[in-house]
Amino acid sequence: MAAYPRKTEATGLLGWFDERFPIVETWKAHMSEYYAPKNFNAWYYFGVLAMLVLVIQIVSGIFLTMHYKPDANLAFASVEYIMRDVPGGWFIRYMHSTGASAFFIVVYLHMFRGLMYGSYKGKRELVWLIGMVIYLALMAEAFMGYLLPWGQMSFWGAQVIINLFNTIPVIGDSLSLWIRGDFVISDPTLNRLFAFHVAAVPMILVALVFVHIVALHTVGSNNPDGIEIKKLKNEKGIPLDGVPFHPYYTVHDIPAIAVFFMAFFAILFFLPEMGGYFLEHANFEPANPLKTPEHIAPVWYFTPFYTILRSVTLSPFMGTLAMFGAIIMLFLLPWLDRNPIKSWRYRNTAHMLNVAIFAAVFIILGYLGVKPVTSELKELGVRMTEIYFLFFVVIYAHSNSHKPGRYLVWFLALAGAIFLIDWYRYNPEDIETAKQIKWQWIWPIGYLAVTLLLPFLVRPCNAEKAVPERVTS
Amino acid sequence: MSDSDSNKVDKKRRRMLIGATAVVGAAGTAAFAAPLLISWMPSERALAAGAPVEVNISKIEPGQLVRVIWRGKPVWFVKRTEEMLKDLASNVPLLRDPDSAVDTQQPPYAKNEVRSRKPEILVLIGICTHLGCSPTYRPEKAPADLGADWKGGWYCPCHGSRFDLAGRVFKNVPAPTNLVVPPYYYKSDDLVLVGEDGGAA
Ligand code: HEM
Ligand code: FES
Repeated sequence: MAAYPRKTEATGLLGWFDERFPIVETWKAHMSEYYAPKNFNAWYYFGVLAMLVLVIQIVSGIFLTMHYKPDANLAFASVEYIMRDVPGGWFIRYMHSTGASAFFIVVYLHMFRGLMYGSYKGKRELVWLIGMVIYLALMAEAFMGYLLPWGQMSFWGAQVIINLFNTIPVIGDSLSLWIRGDFVISDPTLNRLFAFHVAAVPMILVALVFVHIVALHTVGSNNPDGIEIKKLKNEKGIPLDGVPFHPYYTVHDIPAIAVFFMAFFAILFFLPEMGGYFLEHANFEPANPLKTPEHIAPVWYFTPFYTILRSVTLSPFMGTLAMFGAIIMLFLLPWLDRNPIKSWRYRNTAHMLNVAIFAAVFIILGYLGVKPVTSELKELGVRMTEIYFLFFVVIYAHSNSHKPGRYLVWFLALAGAIFLIDWYRYNPEDIETAKQIKWQWIWPIGYLAVTLLLPFLVRPCNAEKAVPERVTS
Repeated sequence: MSDSDSNKVDKKRRRMLIGATAVVGAAGTAAFAAPLLISWMPSERALAAGAPVEVNISKIEPGQLVRVIWRGKPVWFVKRTEEMLKDLASNVPLLRDPDSAVDTQQPPYAKNEVRSRKPEILVLIGICTHLGCSPTYRPEKAPADLGADWKGGWYCPCHGSRFDLAGRVFKNVPAPTNLVVPPYYYKSDDLVLVGEDGGAA
């Protein structure tokens, strides 16, 4: 930043401002002279779309707050009032509820992009970590928002989530009492979560998104080839494979925003409840502390973690740990995947399969979370949970492809661990569960075979490709 | 004092100032945070709402479940039939704590095979010991979704915990302990008071 008096080539009004605030400099650093790789593909739309949804949520949220009443006796009726009596109220509410699901769709795709292209590597660990904190804040925000309508799902969902703290040894009971402000979920709980939902967390989210971008622009964007474009520059110091973010990517993103809005409004107008997945049926009944709805499942974006929670039955605390552990593992990814090649395009087949299976397992876990528990699905949940955690070990094992013999050792160790757990869980008197354990071991073992035995036995599946100097296409 | 002396940085003094203000600042932050954090504790109003409840059990049909609210929580009254009571024994090998060994889950007078003062009337807090949902009453035998071994009991819709008709938890489900039996006593043959042990237990 230049010292006073600031020099500026800008004239007129812009010049007046630029002498007093670094507008031109900031614009250049982040837009017109921020060089982004020229090979971005469709996966790179989701960051911008996430920002767009954040704006939608904040604007629609402010207007909902003008009509909503955060009081256990009035909340449910005030939401009905918004839907029926406030002019255009239904539109504002559906913007916000559809926006919540859209947020998670967009962020999950955004995160998967990071996984595919190794975007958490090459000094981008902080971008990833900030992203993960955003994801946590987003989950907290969504959970607290879901309590506000004070319907049956609001009440019982909050009951379960706050009771997660109950499972912590020693301090658990007092902690959850402190969070609720009462022995049961009630008016004080609603009031404080309202304060967080409309004031505290949105501010944190906005601040986090800001630092997310600052961190990214400090290092520079990754790309589908996982090549550092700053390595090759022309005589002016401009990356050969870079294009200025503005106008190239600003213009490139506008059609994506248009397509996004088409999908968004199609859902908003024709399927706002998405068959009970975006807004659950049971939530159209006011909260009743005497009766849990017969079919209760969290909103779809929480269901993978919910399945993990109910799959670990060792003790409730272990279940809670497993659920939070599932998220913590994602934080650790930059230090687990130590392979120097970023993009999966140039990694071995086993790694590609590993990432693809992980995505599939995440979706299956999510699907199981909306289904009632039967012996068969319960065991499937346990097995998918096993694979979810194995993924992080396997991605570590894949860090070095030059010693395939180690894959065999990893395979034997991990398969051994799975059988040890089975041996512990097996109880012949519990016929149903025993029957399921006896055949569903095939999932984790099959997973380990594909990701570890395969590259050991079939060497082409272990072959990494040479990363080109310049980006492709 | 020469010019160079006055320009000399007194590092010791700077360190002392930073140290002293940091300590005071930390104390100030704590003093400011404490009332904010304490404001989250249950208010006097919340603490006051915990009076015992009286329930007339004469109208409960055999096999029927009646819900009342006590301290904001559901409390169940079930009138168990002869057959229901007879079936309890067959669940024992599948249960985590068939003998009600965990003392926090029931008062001493309910620490028996049927977990109640009088065998036919079962009184339970209707809150799952896993994460606090209220389990669904499923008195029927061997329904398709619960399997051939099911002798009646509760199924928790939240994470699939199962309890038998004495509120005892099955193995291999998320809930760790049996459902809680609240303190209660018979004021007369028909009247039960939930929330007090009635002196001599
Ligand atoms: C409110 C939510 C979020 C917003 C608004 C947001 C915004 C953005 C934007 C605008 C970009 C640059 C454009 C792009 O690469 O798509 C970006 C990049 C990135 N974000 Fe996010 N993000 C969010 C959440 C997350 C989360 C949850 C993660 C993962 C933990 C994450 C990880 C990353 C990474 C690794 C990059 C660099 C990608 C690359 O260079 O290949 N972000 N983010
Ligand atoms: S709350 Fe009942 S099983 Fe989790």
